[in-house]
Amino acid sequence: MSPPLVQAVGLRKAFGSPRRPVPVLDGVDVTLAEGEVLALLGPNGAGKTTTVRILTTLLRPDGGTATVAGHDVVRDAPRVREVISLTGQYAAVDEKQTGRENLAMMGRLAHLPRRAVRGRVADLLDAFDLADAADRRVDTYSGGMRRRLDLAAGLLARPRVMFLDEPTTGLDPRSRQTMWEVVRQVVADGTSLFLTTQYLEEADQLADRVALVDDGRVVAEGAPSGLKRRVGDAAVELTFAAADDARRAAGALDLPVTGEPGAAGEARRPDGASGEGPAAGRALRVPTDGSVAHVRDVLAAIVAAGVEPERWEVREPTLDDVFLALTGHTARTRGRADDPAPADGRAADRATVEEVAA
Amino acid sequence: MSAPTLPAPSAAGLPRPTAAPRPGRHLLTDTSAMVGRSLRLVRRDPDELLLAFVLPVMIMLLFVYVFGGAIAVGTEYVTYATPGIILLCAGYGASNTAIAVEQDMSGGIMDRFRSMPVASATVLVGHVVASVVKNLVTTAVVLGVAYAIGFRADASPLEWLGAVGTIAAYVLAITCVATCIGVLVRSPAAAGGFGFVMLFLPYVSSAFVPPETMPSWLRGFAENQPLTPIIETVRGLLVGLGPDGAPVGDLGPTAALALGWCAGIVVVFLGAAAWAFARRRRG
Repeated sequence: MSPPLVQAVGLRKAFGSPRRPVPVLDGVDVTLAEGEVLALLGPNGAGKTTTVRILTTLLRPDGGTATVAGHDVVRDAPRVREVISLTGQYAAVDEKQTGRENLAMMGRLAHLPRRAVRGRVADLLDAFDLADAADRRVDTYSGGMRRRLDLAAGLLARPRVMFLDEPTTGLDPRSRQTMWEVVRQVVADGTSLFLTTQYLEEADQLADRVALVDDGRVVAEGAPSGLKRRVGDAAVELTFAAADDARRAAGALDLPVTGEPGAAGEARRPDGASGEGPAAGRALRVPTDGSVAHVRDVLAAIVAAGVEPERWEVREPTLDDVFLALTGHTARTRGRADDPAPADGRAADRATVEEVAA
Repeated sequence: MSAPTLPAPSAAGLPRPTAAPRPGRHLLTDTSAMVGRSLRLVRRDPDELLLAFVLPVMIMLLFVYVFGGAIAVGTEYVTYATPGIILLCAGYGASNTAIAVEQDMSGGIMDRFRSMPVASATVLVGHVVASVVKNLVTTAVVLGVAYAIGFRADASPLEWLGAVGTIAAYVLAITCVATCIGVLVRSPAAAGGFGFVMLFLPYVSSAFVPPETMPSWLRGFAENQPLTPIIETVRGLLVGLGPDGAPVGDLGPTAALALGWCAGIVVVFLGAAAWAFARRRRG
């Protein structure tokens, strides 16, 4: 069997001063097969971008090794750069050049034959729905158009593997949908894709395989279907007046009682920190497809058991739910790489979706 | 939007690279693409272009009409001061390269360049070339205004060539310093700080008043700082006057000193910029 297109083993990286290093990657292992789409899913500060920067030769790891198409990202960086393209979180295009000028410049820098550049640029502008805006300066573009142009710039030389760092962060839902369509086309065209995202839905929409990153490590990985099976499409969240009521309702539905933050009626904490909220022990989370019939059945079963919930809501699963389902705790978010949370114990041992689910 | 269709691989006709890349194989392509980029960016920055043209003209008028009447240099003040004003404006314009370089260093585009099989340091070459071109154009504007208000050069074509060459060397030297600063600093404000230095450094030279009128502690600096021989060379070539406003004799040693300073600055700061560029990794 040929080695994976991308292979990282035990990547470590710390920022900060040598005397007070701030670890960001703590032994990341990850692979990408030829033709595959991998999503690195995790909260801000988990180490997703740092991993991508190492794999795209922008950053040297402190420890561990990584290869792309068999070339070491440190020793053979020039050869790695021949087969990759990177589209980062911030559009890497010149605002004061037009879309066409940006692409033509990138085409020349990608060392395409001079005569091929013009045609390739026109094709990509068409394919990415930018033909009408091609001769306008990029500072007149919307956020979605910039991202598409950025993506097109990365495709001029037909990379074997494309790295997309949070391609839709900050985009409105419609632009996000458009971006997904474009990315699917890139994949259909035969490009392998290494994607990072904070959005469960994005990973589900695009990826063949998801690697969950938390606090500088891959803590779980598996197919998105496995993730979805475990987490559910959505959940009915119920809060009861007393823990006893919750237990009886849970018994009726054959489910465990939960008290995670984000349970019904609780304010969601944006930092995702865990803690014993007022709803601890009184909340119940029931996976649902969101249909009226199912929600009615759930409520009917609870009422039939003789308890009445205080409050209820239907909620789409969040990144927190994924972490909770797969690792038993919420993500230990770091606001910034240089502002670490205290090291309060290690993440759960690496596990596959199936193992955690079992 | 309808589902986009990517151009088919066969239609694109671009085989994926298989051969080992040879560093520098595409150096000329990379450089010319980067120079083209920087020139376009300079042309399309209206604020900076306005500043590049208006500021020199304002300084020119200020010196000749406001201060000039009160400064006795033994000749028409516009004749004495024009070479210094040219270098003040060119130096300030060149210093703005620091801002452009800093923007590139902290923006996403540098990540793209570095992740491509590109000699990414050529991005700096692009900025340097664009700066020299831009500031020679500004110099022409300043000279035009100077002529309009009474400046007259007394130079042979060869002397003109020498003066323009010296100005170009000076612009190149200051651009290299600015490039190095742009690579090193981490904020636009810090990059802009160099412009401040270049706006004031020429005053403590023989650009606007003869250094012998300064207190002795300052005179030592004014007579020996690099700008003085550069200004003396340009003034000597264009109008044949020395720092005291009297006709100048042999320019050779001054010109050699001027070019020596420029060459030294270029070598040291371009080297430092390249060194810092290779080592800078954004966190």
